[in-house]
Amino acid sequence: MRILFTATVAAVAFVAGSAIAQEDKVVNVYNWSDYIDESILEDFTKETGIKVVYDVFDSNEVLETKLLAGGTGYDVVVPTGSFLSRQIKAGVFMKLDKSKLPNLKNMWPEIQKRIEKYDPGNEYSINYMWGTTAFGYNPKMVKEAFGGEEAPVDNWDLLFKPENAEKLSKCGIYVLDAPTEVFPAALNYLGYDPDSKDPDKIREAAALWKKIRPYIRKFHNSEYINALANGDICLALGWSGDVLQARDRAAEADNGVTVDFSIPKQGALMWFDQMAIPADAPHPDNALTFLNYIMKPEVIAKASNYVYYANGNLASQKLLNDDVINDPAIYPSAEAMKHLYTVTDYPPKVNRVVTREWTSVKSGQ
Amino acid sequence: MRTVLSVLGRRLASRWWVIGVPYAWLLFFFLVPFLIVIKISLSGVAIAIPPYVPTIDLAQGWASIRDAISQFSFDNYVWLTEGWASIRDAISQFSFDNYVWLTEDDLYWKSYLSSVIIAGVSTIITLAIGYPLAYGMARAKPEWRPTLVMLVILPFWTSFLIRVYAWIGILKNEGLLNQLLLWLGVINEPLIILNTNWAVYIGIVYSYLPFMVLPLYATLEKLDLSLLEAAEDLGCPPWKAFWKITLPLSLPGVLAGCFLVFIPAVGEFVIPDILGGSDTLMIGKTLWVEFFRNRDWPVSSAVAVILLLILVIPIVLFQNQQQKMQERDK
Repeated sequence: MRILFTATVAAVAFVAGSAIAQEDKVVNVYNWSDYIDESILEDFTKETGIKVVYDVFDSNEVLETKLLAGGTGYDVVVPTGSFLSRQIKAGVFMKLDKSKLPNLKNMWPEIQKRIEKYDPGNEYSINYMWGTTAFGYNPKMVKEAFGGEEAPVDNWDLLFKPENAEKLSKCGIYVLDAPTEVFPAALNYLGYDPDSKDPDKIREAAALWKKIRPYIRKFHNSEYINALANGDICLALGWSGDVLQARDRAAEADNGVTVDFSIPKQGALMWFDQMAIPADAPHPDNALTFLNYIMKPEVIAKASNYVYYANGNLASQKLLNDDVINDPAIYPSAEAMKHLYTVTDYPPKVNRVVTREWTSVKSGQ
Repeated sequence: MRTVLSVLGRRLASRWWVIGVPYAWLLFFFLVPFLIVIKISLSGVAIAIPPYVPTIDLAQGWASIRDAISQFSFDNYVWLTEGWASIRDAISQFSFDNYVWLTEDDLYWKSYLSSVIIAGVSTIITLAIGYPLAYGMARAKPEWRPTLVMLVILPFWTSFLIRVYAWIGILKNEGLLNQLLLWLGVINEPLIILNTNWAVYIGIVYSYLPFMVLPLYATLEKLDLSLLEAAEDLGCPPWKAFWKITLPLSLPGVLAGCFLVFIPAVGEFVIPDILGGSDTLMIGKTLWVEFFRNRDWPVSSAVAVILLLILVIPIVLFQNQQQKMQERDK
């Protein structure tokens, strides 16, 4: 909280300062927590002389509320695709001056095309990382919970069949507290369009969640990393890179815990975290310099090697570590990619239904 | 004559100055923000910055304000009262089906109710712990009292947020409390306290205890001990003297303490969010969801306005009570 406060004060000070000077050698970046190799920021300052004021958040909702209130003082923010598209409509961002982004040539056309769904023409944003929302699990504990039998870890049955969830509840299940990601999973499992905006279908998805609700220990967006790594839980519905960070932490701790990530064969949600520049950014030129720097193959490769998320930069792929580029949990095969689905933002009325149903799932009210 | 008048004038001016400062404070830091909240609560949602319409552009002056007022809608409040209507309906029909039906929705009223219950129970527990504490402090040797008061105030020197976070370490399954109880052999399996309402109660009682102890101590310390001596001389047993003299005379402190605990506890967000479970229903959390998840500033403002109204009623009752007491003393 203190850090956040200091950062805000700093940001405000920079906004005030920029009115006097043409553009200070500063860029204010607001990114997800645990989402970058910090040495990248130092290298950027060394190369350009622009100081990076770095601040973090852990939910799209918090970022969006700040952006919609206006005057954040941030120059670069990193919303997820479905949130980005709504924010573009609200007029939050400025169009990117592509003449100042020569490194756009490095981007991956396949990913750029998928992102057009949120940002038509890729006019407002560049891809930072992308990933999937699926199972992080502890193979040993899951096997024990199933009495030594093979568990369907590559199938949504593992979570959505109440008898399976009940077995796993003894060793612990965590689920993301992100309704826009967990409802599509249930819709997909029920055989509906995961991007459905039909309130009745969303209620059906909620009913499916309510059946397994008694077996879920907690809904949280970041605690599952440590919980998986410590062997406190055996299953998490979480974000790919976070699960792999848990795997890494467990390996470092050498505590006998192993963590795996699996994308069920029915498919999973694919999401994109996009870097964009707020329309009222105090240092737009520095922000463009920062975006261009991030699109350098060696820079974004360094970031992916550190956070275990795939990036949308084709030129960076030959620079990635083997355990990143060859891991199907990070870079799924072309075949698996076909089963990954994307979702768009909900209209306000439907969004209310989604939120209400999610509250109802979580609280039993 | 002239000097008398000017002295009077100066006195009046200084009195106005003294009264004016707190009123100006209330005006700028309570009334104006509250009017803004009321204004937003009468607006509609929009995909824009800020995310509601109509907005008031002060540069355009009255025309813009008039314009905004003409567009106000009370839909947000009507929407909030839908739950209430169903309760009224249910009461008018009185069958058990209605009770079942009542449990199916009405999130807002349930959140209000659950907040009031959690805050109320916490207040009672705080009083039960705080009264003996304050009593002990007031009866301690005079040279000890400043130190004891200091000890009650001491926790305020650490951030509230950090103190609440510290409870996670104490209450979690592998936490200090469970380890201690397991070691003592009181329990065989760790108690699940964190992420339940129990943790919320513990957090609220812990955080708000000083607000109960301090006003109680202030009234108990002022209590005239000769009254108790007189009671003893006349053959009154100590417990009866406490019941008949100490307790009634300390009532203003009890009331002040209870309100200081109850009112902020009703709107508490941090404690249920950090220590509570996902089934902990409190209006502070519901408001957060409305604001951040639904991005519905108008409805969340309406929820906040109603919350204030719920809190204003006990405050007014309290004021009345105080006034009556003062009149009786005269």
